Amino acid sequence: METNFEARFEEKLAKNDVIEPKDWMPENYRKHLIRQISQHAHSEVVGMLPEGNWITRAPSLRAKLVLLAKVQDEGGHGLYLYTAAESLGISRDELLDALHTGKAKYSSIFNYPTLTWADIGAIGWLVDGAAIMNQVMLQRTSYGPYARAMVRICKEESFHQRQGYEVMTKLAFGTPEQKEMAQDALNRWWFPTLMMFGPPDAESPNSDNAIKWRIKRESNDQLRQRFVNQTVSQAEYLGLTVPDKNLKWNEAKQGYDFSEPNWAEFKAVIHGNGPCNKDRLEARNKAHNEGEWVRAAAAAYAQKINESIAA
Amino acid sequence: MADSQGPLWEVFVQKKAGQPFVHCGNLHAFDKEMALQNARDLYTRRGEGMALWVVLSSNIVSSSPEDMGSFFEPSNDKIYRHPTFYQIPDGIKHM
Repeated sequence: METNFEARFEEKLAKNDVIEPKDWMPENYRKHLIRQISQHAHSEVVGMLPEGNWITRAPSLRAKLVLLAKVQDEGGHGLYLYTAAESLGISRDELLDALHTGKAKYSSIFNYPTLTWADIGAIGWLVDGAAIMNQVMLQRTSYGPYARAMVRICKEESFHQRQGYEVMTKLAFGTPEQKEMAQDALNRWWFPTLMMFGPPDAESPNSDNAIKWRIKRESNDQLRQRFVNQTVSQAEYLGLTVPDKNLKWNEAKQGYDFSEPNWAEFKAVIHGNGPCNKDRLEARNKAHNEGEWVRAAAAAYAQKINESIAA
Repeated sequence: MADSQGPLWEVFVQKKAGQPFVHCGNLHAFDKEMALQNARDLYTRRGEGMALWVVLSSNIVSSSPEDMGSFFEPSNDKIYRHPTFYQIPDGIKHM
C-alpha cells in the first residue's frame, strides 16, 4: 500500500503537480519541509530585530514610517509561513519553542549587528535582494501552502528592496561622510549576504533531497551566482566598491568570478557564535514571555464567551 | 489545531464589491472579532480587499484527495453539458 502511495507521490512531482496538506507524502519530505519552512518563518521574525533597532532613530518621519511598515511586513511573512508549516502537522507552540530554546535555526545574516543607518539601507538592498532571489524560486516549490505564502511574500518584498536601495542612494550621493558610511555597510554586509544562499553545492547536506522533491529548483551556487551578477552594477551606480579583490567579469561564463565567503565564519555563526546570536534569542524570549499575559487574557475571555453561548 | 495561540481560522477576501470571496490564507485567533481584525492586519495591508470572511478551519468540510477520481468522475463523460457539444448551422449569429 505504502509503495502505491509513494508511486503516486513521485508521479505528481514528475508532472509538476503541487502537493497539498491532505495528500500522502513521505515522512522525510514532511520533515524536510517543516525544517525549511519553520527556519524561514523564524528568519522573518528574528529579522525584525536588527531593523527594529533603528525605528526610534530613523533620520526622518518618512524613513520611520517606511521602516515601521517594513518591519510589520516581516511579522506578517512570519505568520504566513508558520501556518504553512503547521499544515504539516506541527503546532505553533512547538515551532516557537524550538526557536526560543535555540533548537531551531534561522538565517545566519540576522546575527550581525546594525551599527549605522546605512545598515538599514544595506539590509533592504542586499539581504532582501538575496531573499527575493531565493523566494522567487520558491513560488514554484512543490508544497502548495509554502508556494502560496511565497507568492504573497514576493509581492511585498519588492518594496523592501527598493526602499533599501533608496537609502543607499541618498547616502552614496550625499556628503563624503555619508558615502563612507554606505561603503562601510557594503563592506560588512557583502559576504554575510552571499552566505545566505547556504553552503557550496558540494557541501550542502540537504540539497539533494530538496532538488529531488522539487522543494528547491535551483542550487545554492546557482542562486549565489545570479545574485552577484545582478548586484554588481547596482553597486557601481552608487559609486561603491564591492569588497572583493577577485571580483571580475568572466566573458566565457557570462557571469562574475568572485571569492567564496568565509565558510568557517558561516559555520560558527550558525552554531551560535555570531556577534548577536545571544542578543537575538534573549530579545525573542523576552518578547514572548512579556506577551504571555495577553495570550492568557485572550484565552480566558474566549472561554468566558464560549461558556455563555453554551449556557 | 488549538494551542496557546487559539484555534485556526481560514480567511477569504473580496477584492471589489460584486466579486467572489477568495481564500487567501489562515491565522490563529481566540474569537471571531480578533480573527477579523487580525485578518485585516495580515491580509489587507495594501488594499487587497473591500470585505473579509473568517471561518473556523474546523468547520470546513473538504473532499479528500484519495477519492478525487471517483468523486468527480460522474461529470467527466457528460460532454453534452458543454456548449461546444452542439452543432449550430453556419450563418447563425449571436449564439
